[in-house]
Amino acid sequence: MLFATAVFAPLLGSLVALLFGKQIGDRAAQAVTIICMILAAICGTSAFVSLVYGGGAPGVVTLATWVSSGDFSVTWALRYDTLSAVMVAMITFIATLIHIYSVGYMGHEPHGSVWRFFSYLSLFTFAMLMLVTADNLLQLFFGWEGVGLASYLLIGYWYHKPSACAAAIKAFVVNRIGDLGFALGIALIFVVFGSITFDAIFAGVSQHQNDSYSVLGGTFRAYEVIGVLLFIGAMGKSAQLGLHVWLPDAMEGPTPVSALIHAATMVTAGVFLMARMSPVLEYAPHAMAFVTFVGASTALFAATVGVVQNDIKRIIAYSTCSQLGYMFVAAGVGAYQASVFHLLTHAFFKALLFLGAGSVIHAMSDEQDIRKMGGIWKKIPLTYTMMWIGSLALAGVFPFAGFFSKDAVLEAAFASHGGFAQYGFWCGILAAFLTAFYSWRLLILTFHGAPRADKHTMDHVHESPLVMTVPLMLLAAGAVLTGFTFAPQLLGEHWQHFWGAAIHNGPNNHVMHDMHEVPGWVVALPAVVGLSGIALAYIIYMGMPALPAQLAERFGGVYRFLLNKWYFDELYDRIFVRPTMALARGLWQVGDATIIDGIPNGVASLTAQGAGRVVKVQTGSIAHYAFAMLIGVVVLVSLYLIIR
Amino acid sequence: MNALNAAGFPLLSLLTFLPLVGGAVIMMIRGPEAAVAANARWAALWTSLIVFALSLVLWFKFDTSSAGFQFVEEVAWLPQWGITYKMGVDGISVLFVLLATALVPICILASWDSIETRVREFMFAFLVLETMMVGMFAALDFVVFYMFFEGVLIPMYLLIGVWGGPRRVYAAIKFFLYTLAGSVLMLLALLAMWYAAGTTDIPTLMATQFKPAVQTWLFLAFFASFAVKVPMWPVHTWLPDAHVEAPTAGSVILAGVLLKMGAYGFLRFSVPMLPDATAYFAPMIFALSVVAVIYTSLVALAQTDMKKLIAYSSVAHMGVVTIGIFTVNEQGISGALFQMLSHGVVSGALFLCVGVVYDRIHSREIARYGGLADRMPKYALAFMLFSMASVGLPGTAGFVGEFLVLVGAFKVNFWLAALGSMGMILGAAYMLYLYRRVIFGSITRDDLKSIMDLSPREIAVFAPLVVLTLWMGIYPSSFTVFWDASVHAMVEKHIAALASTSKLAGVIAP
Repeated sequence: MLFATAVFAPLLGSLVALLFGKQIGDRAAQAVTIICMILAAICGTSAFVSLVYGGGAPGVVTLATWVSSGDFSVTWALRYDTLSAVMVAMITFIATLIHIYSVGYMGHEPHGSVWRFFSYLSLFTFAMLMLVTADNLLQLFFGWEGVGLASYLLIGYWYHKPSACAAAIKAFVVNRIGDLGFALGIALIFVVFGSITFDAIFAGVSQHQNDSYSVLGGTFRAYEVIGVLLFIGAMGKSAQLGLHVWLPDAMEGPTPVSALIHAATMVTAGVFLMARMSPVLEYAPHAMAFVTFVGASTALFAATVGVVQNDIKRIIAYSTCSQLGYMFVAAGVGAYQASVFHLLTHAFFKALLFLGAGSVIHAMSDEQDIRKMGGIWKKIPLTYTMMWIGSLALAGVFPFAGFFSKDAVLEAAFASHGGFAQYGFWCGILAAFLTAFYSWRLLILTFHGAPRADKHTMDHVHESPLVMTVPLMLLAAGAVLTGFTFAPQLLGEHWQHFWGAAIHNGPNNHVMHDMHEVPGWVVALPAVVGLSGIALAYIIYMGMPALPAQLAERFGGVYRFLLNKWYFDELYDRIFVRPTMALARGLWQVGDATIIDGIPNGVASLTAQGAGRVVKVQTGSIAHYAFAMLIGVVVLVSLYLIIR
Repeated sequence: MNALNAAGFPLLSLLTFLPLVGGAVIMMIRGPEAAVAANARWAALWTSLIVFALSLVLWFKFDTSSAGFQFVEEVAWLPQWGITYKMGVDGISVLFVLLATALVPICILASWDSIETRVREFMFAFLVLETMMVGMFAALDFVVFYMFFEGVLIPMYLLIGVWGGPRRVYAAIKFFLYTLAGSVLMLLALLAMWYAAGTTDIPTLMATQFKPAVQTWLFLAFFASFAVKVPMWPVHTWLPDAHVEAPTAGSVILAGVLLKMGAYGFLRFSVPMLPDATAYFAPMIFALSVVAVIYTSLVALAQTDMKKLIAYSSVAHMGVVTIGIFTVNEQGISGALFQMLSHGVVSGALFLCVGVVYDRIHSREIARYGGLADRMPKYALAFMLFSMASVGLPGTAGFVGEFLVLVGAFKVNFWLAALGSMGMILGAAYMLYLYRRVIFGSITRDDLKSIMDLSPREIAVFAPLVVLTLWMGIYPSSFTVFWDASVHAMVEKHIAALASTSKLAGVIAP
């Protein structure tokens, strides 16, 4: 009951705000959605506490039948286990803070329209909760697409801006590419297991071990195909290399949206899916190697791009992309626990960083370019402190949360020996260095040095109101505390106590044990590269502010390559977008209008012309008719004579 | 001879002919023009509402546990020829009767102000159309079916040709000729079946086994007729023209009900009566359907006319339906039926959305709009919901059918499922691109600055569609339960028929 309230309270808030927002006004809509969120957070947290610490039993709350056709049957149901309870507690807590923060952040918006924003935020929260509490893959897909819709609406919230509209469409369509893979994966699971309810799937795992499926001219183990298809879905939602292009553009939405959706919760849905499906994925080693490979590549790729970006939100967006890569590395090597742990800590410190960036943007009169900032740390000391805490957590400095989770990911990668796992480890180490570097580049350029903004803006710089800073401080507390409080429970030798049956490790998967026995240098290396990244950024940007420009000039090719994000957008535009549009126009103008319509239209005009000629024969002159009759008689008679 | 049925009175005949009676009454209205128009509107609305209320008996009294025909009524008509007047519904057809009776009052309400000339005749034509549609879905005799099937053409032809846009004559004739050309072949098939079986009773024909060689020819003849009606690629080009020129209500009924006639024909005749030919031709149908999905989705992406865009999207959605039907498994057929229903509601609603702005600005050009969200928030919300349903967002009507067909298709072939579902991606692209250009952005044109949001009448038009769209998405079992038994029986029978043919072949071949 607590659990169901946590899931449905945001829906109630969203509907009230959406349907009556105009009548009751912004203030009331904000109040309603926030009260519902607080209620959800209380229920969600207590459900989590009572399950994990209070000895509550996991279970399933069935609500109603959803889709039923023959042997295909799916219900609306809430699954209550450690994985979903942890996610619900985290989501409701962070979403509540972001709702509150938004009251301040959206304070300058024209009145009478902000209810829409709060309605969408709550709608998003509901969809995300449905996603994590799903009892079957179809309901998970419902939440999956629902968060996609909410993300579309929120990215395009400022619908007057063409760039925001374009980014919204891009996000939705790119996600849909992944979703197609996901949907096919669900269909294959149904074909293999005869059900898409988690309990039924997990119960059948050992039975279908050796099922095979033929596709792409080869025959593979069905689990491998399932793993790859599900991961394609995860790649879209979690912005992994190849389908990552929507995430940076999604920063067109208001900053609280970036914090909630594009950092803390929605983008982690793919990671969640991996953890949820661990009982099946454990037996798909090749698919999981692919997951590791893509995750590791994404971690490194996004970090390199983050190093040269100038938009404060985009830097953090690429950092998100990179951190998601870490989570997939962990999932890929079978350490789902570490993956979800990094998901949790990341949710806190990344939401903190985004909201902190929002506070900076708020202070700088909506400026987002860090080249036009600088010298403001004394004016907004609280925001400055919060950004420091967030960056320390992100860079993985002891004892901040990121230290524990990132180390766990890297140790798991190292401990699991395979070639892809080693690739994941080294990509992760390099990315950790770059992460620390760009985080301090961001901090220094934003807050230190000489002010580069105009005088008017500088005079206007002010600390944000309490309604924004209090959520920041709470998130900062999370970014400090979640690491060392949760690490022993989630990852320690007795991880089963915490997770119960929610996450499954196969009999040959000893990574959860082995990761604690890696050599000392593996444990120390992430911290060392992190600190050296910080040191390098400090030396360059504090000590030699002229150097970056010189480097950019010296290595112009590399610089432009990174600045343009490895030219992914341009490449996709050339090979997908433009040819598709050209093909579309061609099919319409040539295919439909000329060829397909040409035939009936041609037949019609032939008929019309033919009829016109026939009409000419009918002259109305008796002589002509008589002559024609005569010819006819002659022909008939001659035919008769010949044939006889 | 049983003229009565479970309801105690000839319900289906009443549903079929009551609109005709209402139409006749409307034609008798005399007086000054304005009064005639007003009376005709009210009379038509009441007639259609009464018909709808009556049809709800089907919803409540239909026995969902039975796969057989219900509410059957039978009167001898031409006994020496084996032709009877026979009506009845099973799980496949019952909801389409309801779809037709539900959409007609909505259409009449939507044409309230937008039809200004010859209102009496318009309403008459519309009610005749209702008679034909309901009769077609309820007919259980092939000859009766054929008469209604063809009869639909006449009022629709008039709706497009008289109350349509500037190129209405071209569109009307194209519509008529395309669909008639196919139907002639169906008439031949009808005759052939009658020769072979000595009856035109549909349930009897469903139990008759035709020789595989004969089945091939019969299938092709049916295919010619139904493929045009669906419409399948490449005989789809009449549809965009017809939609563009038709008045809003005409488009709604065309997309909502008329497009379902072809798919219904496949389900009523081709699949149950011609199992071997169905299995033989399924790959061809899959190929054409996949082409339809991808090709017309792409063409929709390039459109500059709102109605054309939605018309092309209809072709793509119906491609999913034909894939589902010919998978001949429960998920596939169930998904196809659901997609037919949901498309009837959603695309009808989308055409109404276009109608709303067309009534105000008199343009269907997408570029003519932009920024409507500022002035028309309610409209923007409704349009968003229906766009999302069209895209197949879970929780809306559009998802369930599409997903079930995906599962059904996956059982046949991976590529059929993957390519047939490309609409998921392309559909999102064209619908969101349309939505962005019409609703988002800033208002630049002066006449849009004073455009009014939905009127109470328009809200009344949209409200039932909004409810249906969400209801079908969140609790689809209340619809699928109607046809589960029928679909199950159909699939079982199909499998049994194929098995018996192959056994026969095994006996003959050494």
